[in-house]
Amino acid sequence: MPSLKEVKLKIVGVKKTAQITKAMNMVAAAKLRGAQEKMEAFRPYAAKFAETMQAVSSGMTGQFPLMEQRPVKKVALVVFTSDRGLCGSFNSNITKRAVQIAKECVAAGQEVSYVCVGKKADQALKKTGAVRMSYPGIMGHFTMYDARDIAKYVADQFLNGTVDRVELVYSRFQSIVMQTPTVVRLLPVQPVENAPKMSGTYECEPSQAEVIETLQPLYLNVQVYHAMLEINTCENAARMTAMDNATSACKDIVSNLTILYNKARQAAVTNELMDIVGGAEALR
Amino acid sequence: MGQRIRLEVVTPAGAIVDKDVDIVNAQGQGGDFGIMANHEPFLSTLRIGTMVYEVDGKRTPMMVSGGFCEVSGEKVTFLLENAEFGSDIDVKRAMDAKERAERRLAQAAQKDESINRLRAESALQRAVARLKVADMSKVAGM
Repeated sequence: MPSLKEVKLKIVGVKKTAQITKAMNMVAAAKLRGAQEKMEAFRPYAAKFAETMQAVSSGMTGQFPLMEQRPVKKVALVVFTSDRGLCGSFNSNITKRAVQIAKECVAAGQEVSYVCVGKKADQALKKTGAVRMSYPGIMGHFTMYDARDIAKYVADQFLNGTVDRVELVYSRFQSIVMQTPTVVRLLPVQPVENAPKMSGTYECEPSQAEVIETLQPLYLNVQVYHAMLEINTCENAARMTAMDNATSACKDIVSNLTILYNKARQAAVTNELMDIVGGAEALR
Repeated sequence: MGQRIRLEVVTPAGAIVDKDVDIVNAQGQGGDFGIMANHEPFLSTLRIGTMVYEVDGKRTPMMVSGGFCEVSGEKVTFLLENAEFGSDIDVKRAMDAKERAERRLAQAAQKDESINRLRAESALQRAVARLKVADMSKVAGM
């Protein structure tokens, strides 16, 4: 049985840990609210953009560089994770998913490379040696400009033929306890099917084709930014749950240790009593 | 007072303008245009520049970049990556940005390969647009 002092120290230590996890839980909760607000604010923009994209592209059969379907030999996976850990299996779920997709692609005879957004993706995928580009440390505070940089990079890679297909791997926020890794095709841009028949009703300037050509890169920005927002929200939700679990685990440990402490104390008292009784007996 | 048209300016950070206006003037890639009530359905991509809307003779300028303008029905929607009111603009910063961009363009003109010409050009356009908007709002006494 461990000594009284040891157990006591352990209890104090675990309680301190619980304080920290509790604080992190509350910080994550506050940040989650901010992230969700940001996502809410972005929704009308994204919705409107998608709607307009559909409206202009319907009936357009012309080929655009970003829509070019090539035989797929090289695939790029844009993997989004958070910059920081301590959020349960959140990041590893995403990177695992990415690696799994990469395996499938390799099995199909395609070459795979990664574009890492967020520090954790970079750390996890570095050892594969296939990281093409990395954007660590931007998830803490990101703007549309960051999304644009990333989108521009992959679009350039696509246009100069270094990659034939680009997928976004990120996590979708479903609820505080549910985040599912998802994969979304970014490039080539998918042609719009069965869009509402709105074309022809718009007077386009400079021309319908030119409008589409300008809008397509912007649409990539929208998708990348959306993924970043989702990741940001998911990260905080995941951290909140993880820290909540950690706090309750700490409480369990403390209660177990307290029982142990009490047992040890009682044992000590009993021992002392036995000594005294033994001593008294011997004197008689 | 004539008819008005609903103006919506939407950015990734949310809708920043949502009101009925008399006229909106903006700079499209195919040329400048103005939109009033009962405009036909119209779609134009925008240059980096200024957008001005007018309500009861009061003109409000904005700096806009990266987006397009859509008119359908009784509504005109600007979907922009970035939009700023005159009061949001840091004149000093815009001046610095302008100088920096000009310097870069001068370097690019001397075949300095390290300079991204397109990027410097759009930075310059943004800075110029910001300064113009700041100037316009100062004149309007805002």
